[in-house]
Amino acid sequence: MEDKFAKTEIHKPENIVYKRTDLLVDRPLSYCPGCGHGTSHRMLMEVIEEMDITEKTIGVSPVGCSVLAYDFLNIDMLGAAHGRAPALATAIKRMWPDHFVFTYQGDGDLAAIGTAETIHACNRGENITIIFINNGIYGMTGGQMAPTTLPGMRSSTSPYGRDVPTMGHPLKITELIAHLPGVHYVTRQAVHTPNAVRKTKKAIRKAFELQKENKGLCFIEIVSNCNSGWKMTPVQSNKWMEDNMFPFYQLGDIKVDGKLVEKKEQVEKE
Amino acid sequence: MAKIKGDIVINTERCKGCEVCIAACPFTVIQMSKEVNSKGYHFAMKVNDECTGCTNCALVCPDGVITVYRAKVTTE
Amino acid sequence: MGELRLMKGNEAVAEAAIRAGCDGYFGYPITPQSEVMEYLMAEKPFERTGMVVLQAESEVAAINMIYGGAGTGKMVMTSSSSPGISLMQEGISYMAGAELPGLIVNIVRGGPGLGTIQPSQADYFQAVKGGGHGDYKLLVLAPASVQEMCDHVKLGFDKAFQYRTPVMILSDGAIGQMMEKVVLFDQIPRRTDAEVVAQCPWASNGRPSTRNHNIITSLDLDPAGQERVNLKLQAKYKLMEENEVLYEEIQCEDAEYLFVAFGLSARICQKAIDLARAKGIKVGLFRPITLFPFPAIEVSNVGNRVKGILVVEMNAGQMIEDVKLSVGCKVKIEHFGRFGGIIPSPDEVVYALEHKIIGG
Repeated sequence: MEDKFAKTEIHKPENIVYKRTDLLVDRPLSYCPGCGHGTSHRMLMEVIEEMDITEKTIGVSPVGCSVLAYDFLNIDMLGAAHGRAPALATAIKRMWPDHFVFTYQGDGDLAAIGTAETIHACNRGENITIIFINNGIYGMTGGQMAPTTLPGMRSSTSPYGRDVPTMGHPLKITELIAHLPGVHYVTRQAVHTPNAVRKTKKAIRKAFELQKENKGLCFIEIVSNCNSGWKMTPVQSNKWMEDNMFPFYQLGDIKVDGKLVEKKEQVEKE
Repeated sequence: MAKIKGDIVINTERCKGCEVCIAACPFTVIQMSKEVNSKGYHFAMKVNDECTGCTNCALVCPDGVITVYRAKVTTE
Repeated sequence: MGELRLMKGNEAVAEAAIRAGCDGYFGYPITPQSEVMEYLMAEKPFERTGMVVLQAESEVAAINMIYGGAGTGKMVMTSSSSPGISLMQEGISYMAGAELPGLIVNIVRGGPGLGTIQPSQADYFQAVKGGGHGDYKLLVLAPASVQEMCDHVKLGFDKAFQYRTPVMILSDGAIGQMMEKVVLFDQIPRRTDAEVVAQCPWASNGRPSTRNHNIITSLDLDPAGQERVNLKLQAKYKLMEENEVLYEEIQCEDAEYLFVAFGLSARICQKAIDLARAKGIKVGLFRPITLFPFPAIEVSNVGNRVKGILVVEMNAGQMIEDVKLSVGCKVKIEHFGRFGGIIPSPDEVVYALEHKIIGG
């Protein structure tokens, strides 16, 4: 399709200020339109590219929507069994201590079946980075309730809304593990607006830099949308996320330099 | 006088029509096409030449389909 | 001649692992095999060879640590006992599917369920017929002495890397706990990272610009692709059947009757042979050492020469099925075993031979 507004005179390589990184494999992503996974993948790969650590990075992907993450990330990857990525990452980092090791996990993977692996990797203070994509639902398997599904939130296994007395409260796993002394840096970010994306990238960069210093586990939660599971358009889902997920899962740093951040009265304005 | 000129090139075949870029653009440069690509998605396209190359759209795009150019252009 | 020591079976496994150049041991305590990790922790192999030893939070975590380490090409192992091995089945299936080398030691105890801490051989089916899901096999070694506990660690690692497959050592609580003389082989240096990369070009340990990225996975959503994976695995197991069978024949040349037994049961049968022969019964012992690949042809050759076979195993009758499949139906084949952790005595074995095979 012809671009009527193309300014071809500035289409020169030296004028490129943004381009999809080559560390994303050149193929279409299998994620739903609007899904935060794509943006998160891209920020992660940009950090690895900019730090020039491709040769020393080993990633562990989960089971969930991002089970095929290893097809999109142009680095050496291992696909873990559901919930077990922190166990893989533990062994990998112990035996390749000069490498950069990360896990990339969803909410079911990290906070349901993988709870023990998550907590114990955090407790041991493994020098890895955990990237936790929290969209409050099980996307891959058709939209079932997750440990992080909000009270009253509908899913295919909570069709009348999450009923706390019978189904329990949402699990704030991030706040839980932040208390463990082996955890050095914990932050909660998002990728639905340009500013949020920039902050997320900074957080990922910080976590990877900290791996060089062997300070302990760095944990980045990215609150994301799931427009398919939530049955909305992508733009609607981002709005719903702002209105419902963010008040419950508050964005910002939770632990910095090994110390819990005191809760601020006001939420940082963008 | 120097002016910043920006332009975006959209990989229309990879665009999934999620429209998140539209909300991100400060200058309403982007709208969805009436046509669909070979996957059946309406795709993002420019509707004016107000683009300043701020990269907001490219940053939020989940599929990374946008390449952004920016240059200082001297105008009379 | 290597170093001679008096050691417990579990300790021999641990010492052999260090000497074999193992990169990492990840395990969880469970009786009767906790001495493996206790010995490793006490030995501080990190100072000896740089070997990592880590106590995991569960057997599930341990097997996934093995998967992770193996996926980067490192030489890794774990040990556990029956209920813990059950927990590991998912991880083992994943390792088989992803074609990862690794060593899993099962010091079998009485079951089912939590069972007992006493020895048993009731995990034969689990080890040999697959305990995890899907079409896969493990190379299974059955040591019958503390010496073999040591030797099978090195053999197991060699085969694991040769075939890119998980290997299981199927032992039991008695061999794990008993003390015997062991000749320990000399230290083999741990591979350097560069050697790991060279030996395992398939492994995910950091992509250089000279190649595409490696992916360790057992997933292929395309059925044609997954069938290809399965065909590749089956071809591998066929190769193992042709090349890796190990067994021992004791006094089979003039035997009129035959014991078939593995592991501790084989040791008991050796004494039973002496007792029976003293009574004039010409009995021999066929001892499979690899349970997969099962020495089917060899046991058939010996088995079809005798008048009756007693399969002695500390379970309700598991290996006997493979013996029957191998030998066929022309020879009388019966099972004798005790369950739940009871170890039969040589006298009981002779009695069973006399009443189930000779007299029966």
